[in-house]
Amino acid sequence: MFNEFLQADMLISIFASAVRMGTIVLFAALGELIVERSGVLNLSVEGMMLTGALAGFLVGYFSESLWLGVVSAALAGMLISVIFALLAIVFQVDQTVSSLTVNIFAAGLTFFIYRTVFPDVGSQGTPNLVPFSALKIPYLSQIPVLGELLFSHHAMAYIALFMVLIIWFYLYRTKSGLILRTIGENPRAVDMKGISITLYRVSAVLFGGLMAGLAGSVITLGSAGVFVADITAGRGWLAIAIVIFGDWKPGRILWAALFFGFIDALQMQVQALGIKLPFQLFLAMPYIMTVIAVFLGRRRAGAPIALGTPYVRE
Amino acid sequence: MTDNVVVTPRNEAPPILAVEHLTKTFGSLVANDQVSFSVKQGHVHCLLGENGAGKSTLAKCIYGASRPDAGRIYFKGREVAFSSPRDAIRMGIGMVHQHFVLADPMNAVENIIVGEESTGALLNLQAEKKKIQALCEQYGIVLDLDTPVAQLSVGQQQWVEILKALYVSVDLLLLDEPTAVLTPQEVQSLFSIIGKMVIDGISVILITHKLHEVMNISNEVTILRKGKVVDTVPTRGNTKASLARLLVGRDFDFNVHKEKIDFGPPALEIKGLTVLRDNGSLALQDVSLNVRQGEILGLAGVSGNGQAELFETLVGVRKAEKGKIRFAGVEILKESTHNPEAIASLGLASVPQDRLRQGLIEEFTVQENLILGLQDSPSYSRGVSLNWKAIKSFASQAIQQFEIKTTGPLQPVGQLSGGNLQKVILAREVSKPIKVMVASSPSRGLDIGATYYVYSRFLELLRNGAGILMISEDLDEIFNISDRIAVIYNGRIMGVFDVHEVDRETIGLYMAGLEEHEHS
Repeated sequence: MFNEFLQADMLISIFASAVRMGTIVLFAALGELIVERSGVLNLSVEGMMLTGALAGFLVGYFSESLWLGVVSAALAGMLISVIFALLAIVFQVDQTVSSLTVNIFAAGLTFFIYRTVFPDVGSQGTPNLVPFSALKIPYLSQIPVLGELLFSHHAMAYIALFMVLIIWFYLYRTKSGLILRTIGENPRAVDMKGISITLYRVSAVLFGGLMAGLAGSVITLGSAGVFVADITAGRGWLAIAIVIFGDWKPGRILWAALFFGFIDALQMQVQALGIKLPFQLFLAMPYIMTVIAVFLGRRRAGAPIALGTPYVRE
Repeated sequence: MTDNVVVTPRNEAPPILAVEHLTKTFGSLVANDQVSFSVKQGHVHCLLGENGAGKSTLAKCIYGASRPDAGRIYFKGREVAFSSPRDAIRMGIGMVHQHFVLADPMNAVENIIVGEESTGALLNLQAEKKKIQALCEQYGIVLDLDTPVAQLSVGQQQWVEILKALYVSVDLLLLDEPTAVLTPQEVQSLFSIIGKMVIDGISVILITHKLHEVMNISNEVTILRKGKVVDTVPTRGNTKASLARLLVGRDFDFNVHKEKIDFGPPALEIKGLTVLRDNGSLALQDVSLNVRQGEILGLAGVSGNGQAELFETLVGVRKAEKGKIRFAGVEILKESTHNPEAIASLGLASVPQDRLRQGLIEEFTVQENLILGLQDSPSYSRGVSLNWKAIKSFASQAIQQFEIKTTGPLQPVGQLSGGNLQKVILAREVSKPIKVMVASSPSRGLDIGATYYVYSRFLELLRNGAGILMISEDLDEIFNISDRIAVIYNGRIMGVFDVHEVDRETIGLYMAGLEEHEHS
């Protein structure tokens, strides 16, 4: 009896933690969704996230305001996405090459800044801050099961879920959203109406940078409380896979993000229980699932037709 | 021409559009040279010219998609200088492009309203759909507004393009080669829609190279040749022959004179051929055809009905599910022979639809392209290395014989014009002994001179006992040189007819798959 209760309790805790883990990639994936729907393949989500993670941490650490950290992370992500926008859209450098450039630059830049600000890391211990605590919604969080699952998360998680609605509304219920979707399929149709493809695509990339920055801040300010090199650990790449797995649709991307969050949470829980399997296997789980997911989603029915193609007027 | 839809001309109407001395150059190419013409209010005005005469460039300048280097454009009595199509749209000019500009996964409503200015930031798809339905009723357009446009027929996609223009209420509509992909019945519907537009006071500029269309629908016609206006004449009082003279610049005989050839036994036999598309759906279902020695079998059909897959299967780059193809005494669908090299060596020559993507390598020189696929033949190679001397002499000979306009064997082929590209392919394909030629849209994009040159080479092949399977969407081409016509629809052969025993309307009905309705 007690044993069963423990299992149910554990399951709820895994699901709750799935929501928390899913939040991180959800921000980045929603941003990437907007970018890809405009026909731009931005593979530098990882670098943009990393930049956001550092900016969020530094500002949060010194100002002692987590929210100021969040805002700075968003701005930093946007700032670095300017480089990508200039390269890939304004100068029409190959989008993959532009992405690699930004990723390499961000990895070097974040580590350099971190070590410049904290030269004594290691000997003096790792600087840390107190991350966001759970925002238990009054009454609702008291509901058994659902309370812990849905109403006991830190503020960023609620914002991420709300963003799904906003993005869906933008894409399918606004004129601007229709224009953005059309640009992803056939930019010429929009160009012929005298609307600037460049303006739309640059805006989309900047928004993607902002969202990736936010995703980065969720890592440092929402759970870790510290910054280390490569703290994003491939979650930016995961976000891109989630967009594919989610067939470029906001609703399905939410489920995909939660699914990956669940895998992430499961691997931690299984490790914590001390089940005798090599821990590396669990660490590798999200990445193995990515491979499987992309295989399953390989038909790519929802992929924008003009994805990855720079627009050149005839 | 029986269905003449020209509406009562109002001769005194002032010009809605006047173009004066418009010049547009691309590098050293003068696309439009001092072009002047005017369009009367409520008239249908044709711009007639061959491929490369500068019609599309002129239309783009009027529509604001391209900026003229010199000259003036007056619209509704005022001088205008559009910096983008949006300016033109605001003033009441719409354009339907030759290649549709549609977002495939979206439906007609979304495609029509995208980017249109109206108040508010939110979409109201229901209200927009009602507005578009009203337009459809007004002009007699039958169209499914909820299906993704990719699933609509080419004709229906054309209606979407026209509705895009009508939705913003145009005063002048430019149509760039709108009939190129339509069946004869669809052309009639289009002309009746144009007739209704004219009644509503809309002026129409129709860009075309087809003389019978000019005669059928227009009030005036401006003839362009090599970027210059030859003349603007009223349609009434002119004939196809008189327009042709203006078009080509000399008397031109449009009839292909075939000598009588006795057809031999089948050179190519296709039996029960079933082929899948890349996505696994059926491209060809139980197709049976045969091409006799000395004849041209024209395969008519709207593009996307399995022609591309048939071509690919014949040349050996697509697998067949079922069926037999017998050619040169060999069953070529067998594993050992169903590859491009084996099939070509048996004597099958091919002219693909997309010359630059499938037939040639743009960056390679003329001489390299002339031996593509023949590089292993002992005539052009010595062991593992190429015999450049032999290649060059072959190339020089081919250039001379086929009158290819090039700076020489070493010019990259991408710099040649469409007609000359086609000649390079032909020169290569007929340099080997051939039994069957499979040609896809052989005159697409060629001017009249080049087209008839290609036809004359085909006739020569026939005289030498080869058979030709010609796949084409262009009924003019089909009727011009075929001996028999087969119609393909939805991967099935709808019928095979002797060219003298069938008319365009019947072929058009089969192309639309409507045969059952007609006879029931």
